[in-house]
Amino acid sequence: MSVPFYVSPEQIMRDKADFARKGIARGRSVIVMQYSGGIVFVAENPSHALHKISELYDRIGFAAVGKYNEFESLRVAGVRLADMRGYSYDRSDVTGRSLANAYAQTLGTIFTETNKPFEVEIVVAEVGPASDSDQLYRLMFDGSVADERGYVAMGGAAEPISAALADAWVEGMSLDACVRLAVGLMGEHGDDVTRVLTPAQLEVAVLDRSRPRRTFQRLANGRLAELLAS
Amino acid sequence: MNAPLGLPNPYRATGSSSFVEFLAALHPERLQFPVGDQEAMGRHGVAPHGTTIVALRTGNGVVMAGDRRATMGNLIAQHDIEKVFVADEHSLIGIAGTAGLAVELVRIFQVELEHYEKIEGLPLSLDGKANRLATMLRGNLGLALQGLAVVPLFAGFDLARNAGRIFSYDVTGGRYEEHDFYAVGSGSSFARGSLKKLFRRGATSDDAVSVALEALYDAADDDSATGGPDMARGIYPVIGVVDAAGARILGDDDVAPRVQAMLDARMSRPDGPQAGARRGEDS
Repeated sequence: MSVPFYVSPEQIMRDKADFARKGIARGRSVIVMQYSGGIVFVAENPSHALHKISELYDRIGFAAVGKYNEFESLRVAGVRLADMRGYSYDRSDVTGRSLANAYAQTLGTIFTETNKPFEVEIVVAEVGPASDSDQLYRLMFDGSVADERGYVAMGGAAEPISAALADAWVEGMSLDACVRLAVGLMGEHGDDVTRVLTPAQLEVAVLDRSRPRRTFQRLANGRLAELLAS
Repeated sequence: MNAPLGLPNPYRATGSSSFVEFLAALHPERLQFPVGDQEAMGRHGVAPHGTTIVALRTGNGVVMAGDRRATMGNLIAQHDIEKVFVADEHSLIGIAGTAGLAVELVRIFQVELEHYEKIEGLPLSLDGKANRLATMLRGNLGLALQGLAVVPLFAGFDLARNAGRIFSYDVTGGRYEEHDFYAVGSGSSFARGSLKKLFRRGATSDDAVSVALEALYDAADDDSATGGPDMARGIYPVIGVVDAAGARILGDDDVAPRVQAMLDARMSRPDGPQAGARRGEDS
């Protein structure tokens, strides 16, 4: 009779976490930051069909890094949950906090109960009536949530980019300054050599505080080129 | 509603991009058009009824307008009901019939279009939207036969054809494309008569708005269930415009002077503008 090989729970969790971290670090980075008129999402993403950034609800956006099929299923679930809430109650009853909670529960369950954790990291951002009521929730692969202020960088070279943002980001920056800063940092830290990213390699969207109902808007290449050039 | 802990399996399952199908599978009781228990509801005059909607094509889109009255039998249930709505970025929907069901139909139709757009990353085609509305309407056939009918009018800007299009429906979900103009609701025959005389192909949306106002006025003139403009209370028809730039509802400060101008003109010609008797003659 063979004796099952004993692995301590701590070891199992550590292995799972290492596995997820590696998967997430393999991709390119996504930066989410507050600007004077709302929240901007910047991702390095050469595909124009497979999005890393999308709309969840009127004032709520979603950004993710990691494995596409995994975060896509979470994104769709979030859209369904938001629309179900908004239809059952009222549009104003759909909040970033409740969506972040739902994601946290789901990711936590998957992390502890399945052999393979999701290799994803997510940001749920909600734009408020004023910048002090904006919310940025960062969700990790194990379901832990952080309520961030100002900016979040995740995936790829997240650590050096976060460190650089800590120095460079200030409250009330304009949209073009934010986009230039984010794109510059991604080019600087993504590879061994510094690259200059063109609009075709980027996916950029905003939650524009001044828009009446659906605040989410993608920035087309033309507009992006203008922002980068200004 | 039990707040789900996290995202339950149905939310994460691979499925269709339709919100209505998702809702029907998960919470059928929240779908507005229940089958069964219709006996108690099926009586005329138990629920407010919305009346006349007109829509006409312009050179670059569609103008849709609706009066503001809801009736219940011989009573006026509401003076300022809104029956024309923006369905999504490039379409408008107007509704006549049982007000409660109709407003709910609009609400779920708006969610349906937005839901598809968010999940798929791009909006439905205009034909797709029109067909979707037909299917949803067919679900209401049981209630319609009991006297609680909803008759929508759908119009949008077709980005593929670069033109405005109008779709009418019957209670069985039949979908018909209208090529110039159309009207639904109790005053629709009078409104259509008026449109027939005043409509011109390729008109500007400015002119089309005036024609729509005249048609609604003519409907209110002869149909007691259609409300005319109420200058004392500042209640004017709701006017929606859709073109390549998108769909929007005109503000009251935009509509009020046009209504005033129409009423001024009617002081001298109570029956409205005169159409030429001979072919090709201008009024």
